[in-house]
Amino acid sequence: MRQKQILLALSCAIALLAMANVFCGSVSIPASEVWHILCGRHDPGNTAWYMIVHESRIPQAITAMFCGASLGTCGLLLQTAFRNPLAGPSILGIDAGASLGVALVLLGFGSTWGNLGTGTHALAITAAMGGAIATMLLLLALARTLHDKVMLLVSGVVIANVTGSMIQLLNYGATEQGIRSFVVWGMGDFSGVAIGSLPTFIALTSAGLLLAALLVKPLDALLLGDRYAQNLGIGIRRTRQWLLLTTGLLTAVTTAYCGPIAFIGLAVPHMARMTLASSSHRTLLPGTMMTGACLALTCNLLSTTLPSNGGIIPINVITPLMGAPVILYIILKNKS
Amino acid sequence: MIRIENLVTGYGKHAITSNLNARLEAGELVSLLGRNGVGKSTLLRTLCGFQPPLGGRILLYGQDICTISQAELSRKIGVVLTERPDTGNMTVREMVEMGRSPYTGFWGRLDRHDSETVQWAMRLAGIEDMQGRRVRTLSDGERQKTMIAKALAQETPIILLDEPTAFLDFQSKAETMRLLSKLAHEQRKVIFLSTHDVEMALQLSDRLWLMDKDGVTTGTPEALSYDGTISRFLQCKGMEYEPSTRTMHISDAV
Repeated sequence: MRQKQILLALSCAIALLAMANVFCGSVSIPASEVWHILCGRHDPGNTAWYMIVHESRIPQAITAMFCGASLGTCGLLLQTAFRNPLAGPSILGIDAGASLGVALVLLGFGSTWGNLGTGTHALAITAAMGGAIATMLLLLALARTLHDKVMLLVSGVVIANVTGSMIQLLNYGATEQGIRSFVVWGMGDFSGVAIGSLPTFIALTSAGLLLAALLVKPLDALLLGDRYAQNLGIGIRRTRQWLLLTTGLLTAVTTAYCGPIAFIGLAVPHMARMTLASSSHRTLLPGTMMTGACLALTCNLLSTTLPSNGGIIPINVITPLMGAPVILYIILKNKS
Repeated sequence: MIRIENLVTGYGKHAITSNLNARLEAGELVSLLGRNGVGKSTLLRTLCGFQPPLGGRILLYGQDICTISQAELSRKIGVVLTERPDTGNMTVREMVEMGRSPYTGFWGRLDRHDSETVQWAMRLAGIEDMQGRRVRTLSDGERQKTMIAKALAQETPIILLDEPTAFLDFQSKAETMRLLSKLAHEQRKVIFLSTHDVEMALQLSDRLWLMDKDGVTTGTPEALSYDGTISRFLQCKGMEYEPSTRTMHISDAV
């Protein structure tokens, strides 16, 4: 009962934050004007404001919502799959693997993400998925031999560093324009999804989120460990394959469109666990998706409204400030 | 019920025990005794279907275990393992409910019969009053009872337990063993466990499997006591086995 109320409260919070994201931004537009634009009764003389609301703020809010939900879900699946409370797409180097895939395409074509055509987008997403899944396969192999949870995290950090150097090496051969767009992309940005590619982005992330929802029962069983889960009739290998595909897809799509975004994936599942006081994925998964959407919308709001010297503050500057306290809390809690 | 024929257990190409022949019957509590490293856990894991036999066969109701699907096996054999998973916020009731997984549908929702079975399992294990507690807050003994209740909720005719009394205090050991003995006799289940608590196993088991590097010797505690098998099996400097009381004595205390 209490859990249903929390989920309801989270949906209200998403709606409010989404509205805040549409009404506030780096360019100040009077609230009444935004309201008129939303209602379709805007002043036809002022197309700039119309464009800002329709082509920038609304897609950005939707992107943040889906991206946050996807990253949180990824974190939850990884934490259960690796039975490691500190697992997440960025700390395990999975988004670094995806970045390498994107870098190959972006630097290869020497263009910005926004200027790439749909075909190249598809290519970049496929490359990102290849990178993400390859990283996870490596981690799964390591997890079989390493029984130390901290060592797995260290391996993730090492993988992230190695892919980082490979990207740096690629930069040497790239055009200045390619490097520039890659650096901007790497800072994390929810504005990378243009209104035209929004349907694709929503479809791909929704597919990943749906896949995750289908894994609720095996995920619950995996909490008990592989052997108990197997004894309960859960196909461990098949579950792992689906987990691999789902987290690969979600990490790849969010990384390709929005850049590697740190901390959200790691912190959000813990926030959901704390508020919902549950371990069951049937409540935790929707809770994580909603909390992720809320957190991403909050980060986006801060990045666009905090005073900065022209332009906006990159998302990756804000996420650590929100995520780090949660992670420190988890580390301290696990210690005792 | 379970019959093993010329069973060879081990990993990859490395055989740990070979030529095992024995059987397990319904309504019996059977304890597997043996020194560390002799292959008790490997045998249990093989019986659970976690690893394939390297040779011979395990027959479950006359059917080779290798030909039984995992889904089917999950309704025949329930397990209690030594691993202690980090279950986070999971409550005792939620843990016992996991035992219904083989019967629930795609989403794992419980119907009325499932809930009643869970309640029955908790009552039988004597943990009904702690069903709302978090598993991570339980004592070792309470946790073990919860895992046994999970195996009961699974409604399997066979329950295999890997050292269920390890790490427990004396009272909890006794309680756990009595619970298992009750389940074997009243619920007519096959209860097979490995243990190092020799005296308790000798007093409460209906049958013993004594395992050493040459294989297993099986029999009732009485029979194995009087023919001297147990004395030979437990042979240890400064210790003596007393068959009439089925207890161990330290013969020359230093």
